[in-house]
Amino acid sequence: MTVALVLAALVATAAVLLVAVPFLREPAPNEDTLPEPKDSGKRALAHAEERDRALSALKELEFDHRTGKLSDADYRELVGAYRRRAAAALQGIEPAK
Amino acid sequence: MADLGRAALFVSLGLAVYATVVGAWAARTHKRRLSDSAGNALLAALGSTAVAAAVLLSALLRHDFSFAYVAQHTSTELPTGYSISAFWGGQEGSLLLWLLVLTAYASAAVLINRRRAPDLVAWSVPVLGAVAVFFAFMLVAVSSPFETQTAPIEGAGLNPSLQNPYMLAHPPLLYLGYVGLTVPFAFGMGALLAGRTDERWIVATRRWTLVAWTALGVGQLLGAHWAYVEVGWGGYYAWDPVENAALMPWLAATAFLHSVMIQEKRGMLKVWNVLLVILAFCLSLFGTFLTRSGVVNSIHSFTESPLGPWFLGFICVVTAGSLALVFWRLPLLRTKTRLESLVSREAAFLYNNLLLVALCLTILWGVAFPMLSELVRGETRTVGRPYYDFFLRTFGLPLLLLMGIGPLIAWRRASLRSLGRMFVWPAGIAVAVGVVLLALGAGSSTPGLVAYTFSAFVLATIVLEFVRGTRAVGSFTQLVGRNRRRYGGYIVHASVVLLALGVAGSGAYGSTAERKLSPGQSLSVAGYTLTYRSLSQQRGANHIALRAAVDVSRGDKLVARVQPGKNRYFAEQQVSNEMAIHTDWLRAEDVDVIADQINPGGAIYFKVLVKPLVNLIWVAGLVFLAGALVALWPDAREQRRLAARYALAEA
Repeated sequence: MTVALVLAALVATAAVLLVAVPFLREPAPNEDTLPEPKDSGKRALAHAEERDRALSALKELEFDHRTGKLSDADYRELVGAYRRRAAAALQGIEPAK
Repeated sequence: MADLGRAALFVSLGLAVYATVVGAWAARTHKRRLSDSAGNALLAALGSTAVAAAVLLSALLRHDFSFAYVAQHTSTELPTGYSISAFWGGQEGSLLLWLLVLTAYASAAVLINRRRAPDLVAWSVPVLGAVAVFFAFMLVAVSSPFETQTAPIEGAGLNPSLQNPYMLAHPPLLYLGYVGLTVPFAFGMGALLAGRTDERWIVATRRWTLVAWTALGVGQLLGAHWAYVEVGWGGYYAWDPVENAALMPWLAATAFLHSVMIQEKRGMLKVWNVLLVILAFCLSLFGTFLTRSGVVNSIHSFTESPLGPWFLGFICVVTAGSLALVFWRLPLLRTKTRLESLVSREAAFLYNNLLLVALCLTILWGVAFPMLSELVRGETRTVGRPYYDFFLRTFGLPLLLLMGIGPLIAWRRASLRSLGRMFVWPAGIAVAVGVVLLALGAGSSTPGLVAYTFSAFVLATIVLEFVRGTRAVGSFTQLVGRNRRRYGGYIVHASVVLLALGVAGSGAYGSTAERKLSPGQSLSVAGYTLTYRSLSQQRGANHIALRAAVDVSRGDKLVARVQPGKNRYFAEQQVSNEMAIHTDWLRAEDVDVIADQINPGGAIYFKVLVKPLVNLIWVAGLVFLAGALVALWPDAREQRRLAARYALAEA
């Protein structure tokens, strides 16, 4: 019983220490706020996601065309549209930066 | 030591409450150190839960019957392996395993993502904490594994059906799957709470979902094999509610893994993906509720328990809360992107999703209907195999076909000419296979013939995809290496085909014979002759084994001697059926021999089943695991691209 209680107290102490570590390690932080993305950051992220989607789409179009899944006419039409989309996304990232 | 276990669980509960309350406060007020502290509470909860688990495991190994749980689930004669597996053989131990796995997953998710996505982790911690609070509370207040008593001389032992090596792997894998679905749920809810509807939560949880989904899939196949070799009825899946409980979240997670690709590639289906994550998690809770509440009369529900109302209440709270959250964030989740064509890869994914969810909900209705019927009308109704088989055919066969069609269609749109060119070989091969099978007599079962034909179509598609892709890229390893998820997915599709072949073969084209035989007598089935020779009795570690010697012949040739029988367990005072299996590798079929009733005079009522292609189901498990590992393997190029993307947002 006594041993169990001592061990239980050790477990509880270790837990409290682990929970307190962020406060013990940084005695006086100047900055204690979670990094919240600004609106410009959110816009940049949205453009970056759109850019990645467009670039990935261009790769897929190329692959689907080479494997015969996409006709020449469809490929030409779609590749133009996605190049424009990628370019627009890249342009969007610059001002957001 | 029970005091230590109880205290450790109290500490876990306190830490989980801290992670929930303080974590939510920290996320709301954007306090970084407080948020880190809440995350650390989950790490500490893992430590204290591990201490509780170690106490229980030690008691099980020492056969310390002063622990009521140990006395109820082990005996001194129980082999060590099964004493360990008794940890999850009962309700209290299973809940402890849930909490242990949950805190382990939560700790790993926090450690991996807290620097990459601190704002997302900040809101995910209270969600993970809230789930941990529920399970820790159950263990502390409702169903403790540390109840003590005056130690009896001997324990009750473990149910004989659970005394199988699969008991060491099947339940832990299912728990890894069930509990693993908490991580995508927590991050999905965390993203909604934070108002972050970008793809970061999907990127952060993709692998967690894959791990949970793989564990659930492999766990179910191990369970099926366990049922096949151990339960002694010659089947592997009985549509038991508890079996269905594992299948439903797996189906929902399968739908999510497909539809999430549409969000990544096209920015569509944001609401749908969140709903699928909620569905998968709620179904995993529902699965635990079914297994542990004793609400359904099933082979797995060994104990009636007071857990039911708590679980049901928690499931209702989680469902209502998460749906309210989705509704609140609906304006942020709406997207402008639309489907460009109904004949495109993304459209095929959408159809696949609808079929998977329809199958999942149909099974859910089959499981829930008897309970609702009893609750509302006071009548006990059962939903049997014909119901499930009908819907498996209705949704499963089109799903199988879609697995072949999807990869042949281009993303975004496809012209009829391209489609025709892509389909000609797989369709030709499928038709040829169908005609040959028809000529060989496979027309005796229309669903079986359709399943075989569709399987040939899908396999041809997969092979062609690899061949065409290798030609286009120039190297097989580069092809797979550059798109592990796609080609890992194709390998998983191949495993589903093997599964379909195994299920169709053993179900639609199997043969059965039953007869009472005395020593020297024979029965014949599907070209085999089985002759009963003698009956013997052996003593095992904790049981008496009765075994019949049966010669299996084909024509004049003796192909095997098998020994079906029964085990009588002393401590448990139960009898188990021990089926004997002869695998004929050349003919790709199993001969299952069951000694159903053993009469005192030595006559035995035998049941013999011949199951063609049944072993493909187990092979499918290995192929499934291989495909999942390919899909899971880290892709350094993708990680660099994602790191650059998120660095841009932070800058």
